[in-house]
Amino acid sequence: MPEATDKQLSGWGRYPRLQHSVFTPVTTSNLHGFVANNKNPNTIAFGNGRSYGDSALSECIVDCRLAQNYFIDFDIRQGTLTCQSGITLDEILKVIVPKGWFLPVTPGTRFITLGGAIAADVHGKNHHLAGCFSQHISALRILLADGSDVTCDEQHNTDLFRATCGGMGLTGIILSATIQLTPIASTQIKQTTHKTRNLEETFSVYEENLNSSYSVAWIDCFAKDKSLGRSLVSLGEFADDGTLRQGQNKALTMPAWFPGIMLNAWSIKCFNTLYYHRQRRSIKEETVHYEQFFYPLDGIKHWNRMYGRGGFIQYQFILPKDTSFEGLQTILKTIADSGQGSFLAVLKLHGKANQNWLSFPMEGYSLALDFKIKDSLWPLLEYLDQLVLKYQGRFYLAKDARVSREVFEQGYPNIEKFRQYRQEHNMNQHFNSAQSLRIGL
Amino acid sequence: MSSLLILGTKSDIAKALARQYAANGYDLLLAGRAINELDDFAKDLTIRHEIKVSLHEFDANDFDSHAAFVKQLPQLPDGVITAIGYLGEQKQAEKDWSECQKIMNQNLLGNISVLNILANLFAKRQSGFIIGISSVAGDRGRQKNYLYGAAKAGFSTYLSGLRNRLFKDKVHVLTVKPGFVNTQMTADMDLPEKLTAEPEHVAKDIYKAQQKNKNILYTKGIWAWIMRIIRLIPEWQFKKMDI
Repeated sequence: MPEATDKQLSGWGRYPRLQHSVFTPVTTSNLHGFVANNKNPNTIAFGNGRSYGDSALSECIVDCRLAQNYFIDFDIRQGTLTCQSGITLDEILKVIVPKGWFLPVTPGTRFITLGGAIAADVHGKNHHLAGCFSQHISALRILLADGSDVTCDEQHNTDLFRATCGGMGLTGIILSATIQLTPIASTQIKQTTHKTRNLEETFSVYEENLNSSYSVAWIDCFAKDKSLGRSLVSLGEFADDGTLRQGQNKALTMPAWFPGIMLNAWSIKCFNTLYYHRQRRSIKEETVHYEQFFYPLDGIKHWNRMYGRGGFIQYQFILPKDTSFEGLQTILKTIADSGQGSFLAVLKLHGKANQNWLSFPMEGYSLALDFKIKDSLWPLLEYLDQLVLKYQGRFYLAKDARVSREVFEQGYPNIEKFRQYRQEHNMNQHFNSAQSLRIGL
Repeated sequence: MSSLLILGTKSDIAKALARQYAANGYDLLLAGRAINELDDFAKDLTIRHEIKVSLHEFDANDFDSHAAFVKQLPQLPDGVITAIGYLGEQKQAEKDWSECQKIMNQNLLGNISVLNILANLFAKRQSGFIIGISSVAGDRGRQKNYLYGAAKAGFSTYLSGLRNRLFKDKVHVLTVKPGFVNTQMTADMDLPEKLTAEPEHVAKDIYKAQQKNKNILYTKGIWAWIMRIIRLIPEWQFKKMDI
């Protein structure tokens, strides 16, 4: 088995950047061997490096992409797919889409691994109807620290399932999963975009379109006063015209030297205003390919370089429905006044929470936005943390690189269960990430 | 649908080649020792690319079995790639005949034995392609690996002759000379990054070269220049060098 190599790595946000020893097993038996012999308690599985912060960073990293990259079974009639955890959603789409199937849940990038999707229990634009990724899993195989290879689902080994989905790799190494796919009759999406003038209108478009399969809003986080919360809310439905066509797979590349200074309050404000006003009508209908609808940023390779070498924080939180309006008004105002924030800001109404102990979504509105890292950012984020807590909100581990233990744990009523479960099964002696050590998971 | 036989399928280059040809719609016949270990790999290829994959036990060292091996294949494939190779331990092989013989058998004799049979069948059919993975190490003998190099040189010469012979029979022969490749075979070596190719890159180069009926392929391409220079060094100078 190849030796560990020492590498500096960071998550997708390019912050923090830490030193690791990286093990790259090439087969499943290599992976078993590694787990059996590994003595370092600060070990975590690594997929495609798309979580933003330090979820997949640790002293010792197991890169699972080579060892776990097989499709195991695809039932074309039933739409059930079993594959190993190192396969990316992009690879899955290439296989299933031509057969008229789609992922039941997909986040905003297709370049994450199946293992990562489960570990973060990702959600997508259909959360209000379909829930999280884990809710479409019928079997999940995990390699535990004692070397056993355990299968679980919602009915069997339920605790392991509840801890693993959303558990950020802290229970063991996810080996494979069986998922139930969604049938599609076209790769085109009928998209309706509502241009709203303020937060109230944005909310009412969401509330009036709860039956829409997919919904998401780009929000102008620089807009103030009467325009606070103005958005472009996109609703989507798969078309039924029978065309099953893969995307172009052409991508622009963000150059490595892109100067972070290009993004400043002034340039983003201009950009946001132009982007908002590009759509003239209050409602626009068009048909777009699913890649454009679900994965607009995947069209730009390394878009994370846009924020320069210092990196960025993607700040994502969710507020319960009854505090959402007031809370978002306060938070958006704070952000607009600060002049920080960026072009990429996404507001989304979620459906009910699932029962996994650390899954992020709950019924209410989530806001995700990027902040280029600079000294003045940290006090702003700490202030925002307090606002989120005041409105009973919580934070998303897959995006997080910085929240404190005290702030994080207030949002998750089952966190003690998770901690206890890890202790009882000695998982905390074997699997820890920089994030889990910071938050005390 | 076209079909391809890959001999020595367990190497990283061979696996990358299997993926490359599968992605281009070739049905695959994968052959090697303890071939059942590739069950999962084969299943993965069939799901990803909707092709047929069959597995066949094959031992390059067991020359006498080769005729029977070819005979029991479900079909005569359109093309064959042999990725059978063994780097061996040069120092040990200088003293230990069995290691030396293993290097010769794996890299040269095993390949010749099985390709002789397939070449005759392809010639009779008047179609097909043969791809042999040789090495830049065969271009000039160096003290560090001349036994492996000698076997590869023999193999390159064999392929060159085969190409010459089969030209009139419309069978194309491609000699591949990879430089450094980042594989399990070289996992312990400290390779210069700029000169080292990933197996996927090598596979893509081979596929393209085969489709264009190229004769000799260096991959990465820069190795054609490096070897040209190395061959130009006069022997009286070369013998004193340690490269």
